[in-house]
Parts: sequence; C-alpha cells; structure tokens
Amino acid sequence: MKIKQISVFLENRKGRLYDVCSLLGQKNINIRALNVAETESFGILRIVVNKTETAASVLKEAGIVARITDVVAIEVEDQPGGLADILKVLAQEDLNIEYMYGFIEKSSDKALMVFRFDDADKAVNILKKNNIKIVSEQGIREL
Amino acid sequence: MEIRYWNKEVETASREKIEEIQLQRLKKIIEAALKTPFYSRRLPAVGIKTPDDVKSLNDLRKIPFTMKDDLRQSYPKGLLAVDTKDVVRIHTSSGTTGIPTVIYLSAKDLEAATDLVARSITATGADNNDILQNMMSYGMFTGGLCMHYGAERVGMMVIPAASGNTKRQVQLMKDFRTTVLHVTPSYLLHIHSKLPEFGISLNDLALRKAFIGAEPHSENTRKKLEELYNIDAYNSYGLSEMNGPGIAFECQYKKDLHFWEDAYIVEIINPKTGELVEDGQQGEVVLTNLIRTAMPLLRYRTRDLAYLHTEPCECKRTHRRMSRILGRSDDMLIINGVNVFPSQIEEVIMRVPEVGTNYQILVEKQGALDRLIVKVELYPKMFLGEAKQIERVKSKISDELKASITIKPAIELHEQGTLPVSEGKAVRVVDTREKL
Repeated sequence: MKIKQISVFLENRKGRLYDVCSLLGQKNINIRALNVAETESFGILRIVVNKTETAASVLKEAGIVARITDVVAIEVEDQPGGLADILKVLAQEDLNIEYMYGFIEKSSDKALMVFRFDDADKAVNILKKNNIKIVSEQGIREL
Repeated sequence: MEIRYWNKEVETASREKIEEIQLQRLKKIIEAALKTPFYSRRLPAVGIKTPDDVKSLNDLRKIPFTMKDDLRQSYPKGLLAVDTKDVVRIHTSSGTTGIPTVIYLSAKDLEAATDLVARSITATGADNNDILQNMMSYGMFTGGLCMHYGAERVGMMVIPAASGNTKRQVQLMKDFRTTVLHVTPSYLLHIHSKLPEFGISLNDLALRKAFIGAEPHSENTRKKLEELYNIDAYNSYGLSEMNGPGIAFECQYKKDLHFWEDAYIVEIINPKTGELVEDGQQGEVVLTNLIRTAMPLLRYRTRDLAYLHTEPCECKRTHRRMSRILGRSDDMLIINGVNVFPSQIEEVIMRVPEVGTNYQILVEKQGALDRLIVKVELYPKMFLGEAKQIERVKSKISDELKASITIKPAIELHEQGTLPVSEGKAVRVVDTREKL
C-alpha cells in the first residue's frame, strides 16, 4: 500500500517552483501534499498529486527533471502526541525515516502524513502489524 | 645599493660571451636530443644529424617548435636521453587531457638548475642570513623542491612549510623569524586578511622580502603586497617543463625579470605565425633549455605572453629582461597558482553518467583567493528523486576533478538545457577575475 510521489529537481533559479506549479495547475492536476527540500544550490520538490502518471508526463514534456518514487501515507491522530505514538513504533521497529511531510487536506479528523523510508515494503508490513492506518492510492484520489 | 652576484662573470658577461656559451651548450643539448626517440626523428628531418650540423645560433631556427602535446605524446619516456639509472629526480605537471607531462633530471642537471635558483635568490639581495619559508607545494610540483634546493645552496635556513594551513604558516613566520617568503601573490594577500583573526600583527613578524610567482599578477598587486607587509616583492618566472623556478627573476631593482640566457635561449614569437617578433614586442615565450641533458627540450612553446627588454639594467647584469607574464596564448587557467586546462575538466565531466555534456567553468575571486565553480546539467534519466543522490553526484564530480587537477571545485547542478549549448565555440569558461 505504497503511494506514488513525484520528486522534481529544481535548480536554484527565480520562479522555478512557480513554473512547475503553474504547469500542473494548467493541466488540472491537484497537489495533495507538498514539500521542498532545499540545499545551497538546488532544491527537490516532492509532491503527491491526484493524477500521478499524467503529472509525470506533463513535467517530462516540459523538460523538467522529475522521478516517481514510493512513499507511504499514514493516518495520524490529530491530537497531542498523535505523531509521537507513530514515531515510537517506528523507532522500536528500527525503521529509518528519510523525511516526512504533511498533507494539505484531511480525510476525517485524522491528519495525513507522507513518510519516506529506506525500504517502503518493509515499512508497510511493520506498520500494518502495529495497526497503524495506511492510506492507499485510491484513498488519496478520493480526498 | 650594494649589488650582489652569485656568479658575476656570467651574470655580467658581454653579449658575445653569452652567445658563445649558448652555442657551445646548444651543441651538447643537440647531442643529447639525438639520443631521444622524439628528437632522433625530428632533428635529422631538418638536416641536423650530428651536433656539428649546428654551426651558429641561427641554426636553432631550423628546428620545429616542441609543443606541450609533444610532451604528452612522449609520456613517459619519449624525451628521455639517458638511462634511468642516471636520473636522480622527476617532476610531473598536469597535462591538458589527463595525461601528465614529465621532466627528468640527472645529478648534473639538478646541480645546474639549483645553481640558477641560487643565482636568482642572490640577485634579489637575499643571502645566508635570511630565513626562507617556502610556501609552494612540495612533491610533483617544481615550485616547492627546486626553490628549496636553491635556497639551501645559498645557505639560507629553509622552512619547508609547503602550501596551505594558514594559521600554521603565520605561526612558523613568527616563531622562526622568517625573513623571506616564496608564495603565490593571491595566497600572500589572503594571509594578510587572516592576521587579525590569529591575533598576530606585522610587528610580531620579521618579513623583509617575498618571491612571488606561479600565477600572473599586476604591478598593482605587487605594490599592494609591498605596502601591506612593508616588504619588497620580487616577481619570479618558471615552468616545470624548464625545471621550475629560477628561469627568470627580478633583481634588487625590481624592474622586470632577468632571463638567465646562459642557461636558456629565449625567443619571443607571434603565436599565430610562429615568426620571431622584435624585442619590446609582445609575443609568446619560446624556450630552449641549455642545462638539462637527461631530458632535452628545444624551442618549447610555453604559451606565456610577454616581451623582452634590451636596455641595460642598473644592476649591470647583461641578461635581457622579460616583462611580467601578460597572458596566455592558449586557454590554460591559473587558479591559486595551479595550472588547469578546461579540457581536463571536460574529460572528467564526460566520464560521469549522471550529467550531460554541456558544462560551464566559472572562475571568480572570493576575497583574495580564486574560486573555481563547475556547472553541469543533471541528466534527467539518472535522477533518482532524492537530494542525497544529487549530493553524491556532486561529491563524485568534485573528487574526480580533485584527482585530475589537484584543486577541488564547487559543483553546481543545473537542469538540462539551461547552460549554453556548444555551438561552435560555446562560452565554456567565464573568468570574472580582474584582467592584467
């Protein structure tokens, strides 16, 4: 139950993030979750969208460097300590998180978060075993 | 001013005498050259089969120029005239495309080269009372070891500090009362900006002189250094192909560099036509080494641009003087004293699958020092989606460049199609440093 994320390489240039977002907007692609990793000289935009394959080909046609990667979307109780409970499980199970970020929308009274693990399949198994709710690709589309 | 000489007879010899020495030595060098695979083909082709075929210095002009590429193609032994058992030292310098060039010195050659460095040092007025801190890199680069030998010959106390580690350099200067530095001008400027940070003032130091070289610099830079440190700075010229430092050096009067003409025949040519130009006219420096028999080099095109003086110098030396180096007739870059060819950088970039074939080389000043930035384009198919991967690609390119050109550039990754495309002559190199 992994979901697809699109990673976009952004060189350090004015308006580059705007270029990418406006292009997706024109093609009627909705961004569900977004995060920008920045370094001194470049950035990586990570997005989860409603139409992953379309978005990827739109970006490619525009000459934008992008790649689809696997991430896991997890439901987090929207209350104090909600995220900590999940992180505790991950720590106990020795699962390493590369990075994480939140969804813009909520499906219910739960918050949605994207997690990137070294090994997404292993992570999914462990999360299931610990009764942590994972959101499917279908679930994301229906948001 | 008391004028000091290392070998007054030679240094003040008449023109006739200098030319007599040149011809006599040239014959010996021709004899050695005929023993090398490279010149044993080239010299008979222009009618020089024995040393006696050279009857006057004018006969030198029959010999075609030797290019850096000839050295590269002769690597490693094509220009070696003796058995390696008679070689006591080699030095290499970076080649234009990854293949280095090498020089060989016999014991006698090293002796002669050392003697010229001693002559150069003495011409500046320095002597065995002086303490020399040699801040050029040791190892394969001639600037370190060859200056070291010459300074020892003079009897100076030599501190083989080598390059880098600014704090330690300043500490050494202070603790050992260094009086003379051998250093690149940009590094000397850089050190000055660091003194307050180290809590050291000029009063703590005993500096009197600096031999500055390995990179072109303007008269303004020299004046600035002299004022900042309250020292005399002497311009020095050398290149590893000719044994390194001690080819031409400024005397106490600091009015351009005396070429040691008993040891080197210097010609200035029009780099486009290969024709000799008149004294006083700028052109490319072409050198024939008269003191190295293990590896002869005849009419070597240095690619350095300069002009010669003929008017007599106040120091009474008769050897002609050369202007400071005014530029290059090729695309070689000098970055903090290190010679770098854009082709070396290109060769590395082409080996990295994660980046495309478009690139740009940017050289700029960061404070007193030079900074090299290599811009490359990320090849879309090789992007795995993670910042970590990009950082790995950057370090890989940077490490491989370090291995090739000895300096570690900053790497900038760009999106495909954003760097200038190679249409005929793309602007691959952007050098924003001040022009001389």
